Amino acid sequence: MGAGHGHGAGLASMYVPGASPVHRLEPHTKLVAVLAFALVVVLTPVHAGWAPWAYAGFLALLLGVAAVAGIRPGRLLRGLVVEVPFVFFALLLPVVSRGPRTEVLGLSLSESGLAAGGSILAKATLSVLAATLLAATTDPRALLRGLDRLRLPAVLVQILTFMIRYADVVGGELRRMKVARESRGFRARRVGALKVLGPAAGSLFIRSYERGERVHLAMLSRGYTGRLPTGPVAVVGSRSWAAALSLPLAAVAVLGAGSLLG
Amino acid sequence: MHVPDGYLDAATTAGTAAVAAAGVALALRGARRELDERTAPMAGLTAAFVFAVQMMNFPIAYGTSGHLIGGALTAVLVGPWTAVLCMTVVLLVQALVFADGGLTALGTNVTLMGLVAVGVGYGAFRLLRAVLPAGRTGVLAAAGVGAFLSVPVAALVFVGLFGLGGVADVSLTSVAAAMGGVHLLIGLGEAAITVAVLGAVLAVRPDLVRGARHLQRATTLAPRPATAGRPAAPTAVDAR
Repeated sequence: MGAGHGHGAGLASMYVPGASPVHRLEPHTKLVAVLAFALVVVLTPVHAGWAPWAYAGFLALLLGVAAVAGIRPGRLLRGLVVEVPFVFFALLLPVVSRGPRTEVLGLSLSESGLAAGGSILAKATLSVLAATLLAATTDPRALLRGLDRLRLPAVLVQILTFMIRYADVVGGELRRMKVARESRGFRARRVGALKVLGPAAGSLFIRSYERGERVHLAMLSRGYTGRLPTGPVAVVGSRSWAAALSLPLAAVAVLGAGSLLG
Repeated sequence: MHVPDGYLDAATTAGTAAVAAAGVALALRGARRELDERTAPMAGLTAAFVFAVQMMNFPIAYGTSGHLIGGALTAVLVGPWTAVLCMTVVLLVQALVFADGGLTALGTNVTLMGLVAVGVGYGAFRLLRAVLPAGRTGVLAAAGVGAFLSVPVAALVFVGLFGLGGVADVSLTSVAAAMGGVHLLIGLGEAAITVAVLGAVLAVRPDLVRGARHLQRATTLAPRPATAGRPAAPTAVDAR
C-alpha cells in the first residue's frame, strides 16, 4: 500500500496543454484508439520467441506518438510510478512458478516464470505508457465528453462530471486540514494518530456530503430534472478516426509481422 | 492494488468485464432507491471524497503507513449501490487520468474493488449488525469486521482469477498464502481507519450514516431535513 496514490497535485496535473495533432483529435477517437492498443498488447502471446521484438515495436510506436504530441520522455516516466506495487508481484513470479528451472545469478528460477514475469512487466509498462499519453494530451473534461459519446450510461457520466468538478475542491480541503494539523505540530507517527486523522477524514466526508446537498439544491433551483443538457456534437470524419486508429492498426501490423517472421 | 493490463488472459478479462458491467447496471438501478434524483450530485461528491481520502496516509505500525481503499466505509455511509457507483467512478478516473490500473483490466478492477469489496464488506456489516447489540459500538464493530474481511477476500478472488486466467504457471496455494497474508495485514489497517472515520461521522452527523439509521430513534433531537436549506415549519412555540 506504501505511499498512497500520490495524486496529490490534482486531477489536471497529468494534462500537458498543447495544440499538437494528437491534442486536437476528438477525445472519443483517442479513447477507442488507446483501448484498442492496450488490447493488442494484452493479446501478444507470452511464450512466443518474438514477443520481446513485438514489445520493442510497440514501445517505438508509443515514443513516435509522444514525439508528435510533444510529450517529453520525463513526463512519460513519471506516469510509470503507479506501476511500482505490481513490479514486486512480477519479480516474485520466477521464484514461485513451476516448470524447468534455470540458474540466474545463483538463484534457481523457473523458465516459464521468467517469461511470464517479463512479459507481464512489458505489457503493463506499455499500457501504462499509452494511458499516460492519453491523459497528457486530453483534458479530463474532454475525456468526459469522449465517454459520453461512447454511450457510457448518462447517470454514470453525470457522477463522473461531479467527481471531476469537485475532486480538486475536496482535495484542497484535505490539504488545508493537513497544513492546519502540521502547523500545530502534529506528526502522524503511531497508531494513536488515528484519533486525529479519523475525525479529519470524517469531517471531510460530512463537508463533501453537505456540499453535494448544496450543489443539488442550487441545480434544482436552476431547473435540473436529473439530466444535464449537452450541446450539439461535432461530426467526426473518417480522416480523424483514421488518424486516431493508426496507433492500434500499426500495433496489429507489428503483431502480424512478428507471427509471420517468428 | 490496481490490476494492470496483461495479468489475466483475454477470456478472464472479458468475463470480469461482463460481470462488472452487469454489477454497475444493477447498481445504477439500486442507487436511485438510495438517493432518488439526487443520485448524480451526491454520488459524485461521495466519489470525490473517496478519491481524496485515498490520498491520505494513515500510520499503521512500525513506521509503515497505508491508505484507505474505502469500499466498506462508503457502503456503510451511503449504501451499497451508491458505493459501487462511487468505487467504479474512482477506478475509471484513476485508470484514465493517472494510468493507475489497466484500461482493459478496468472490468477486473471494478469487479474486485467495486463489487467484491463492497459486497463482502456490506454483507458482513449487515449480518453482524443483526447479531450484535444495537448501538454505536455494534455498528462500529460490524463495520470494522466488514472492512477487514473485504480486503483479503478481494485479494483471494484475484488469486482465483489468476488461477483461472493467469499468464504464469504458479502454485496457487503459495500465491494465495502470500497474497492472503499480506492482505490480512492491509485489512487490519483498513478496519482501523474505517472505524476511526465512521466513529467521527457518527459523533457529529449520525443521520448521514446510512448503515446506522436504526440508531436514530434513540436521539431526542429533531432529524435534520434530508436536503438542507428548506425552512423549518413553524411550531406552536415559535408562533408565540
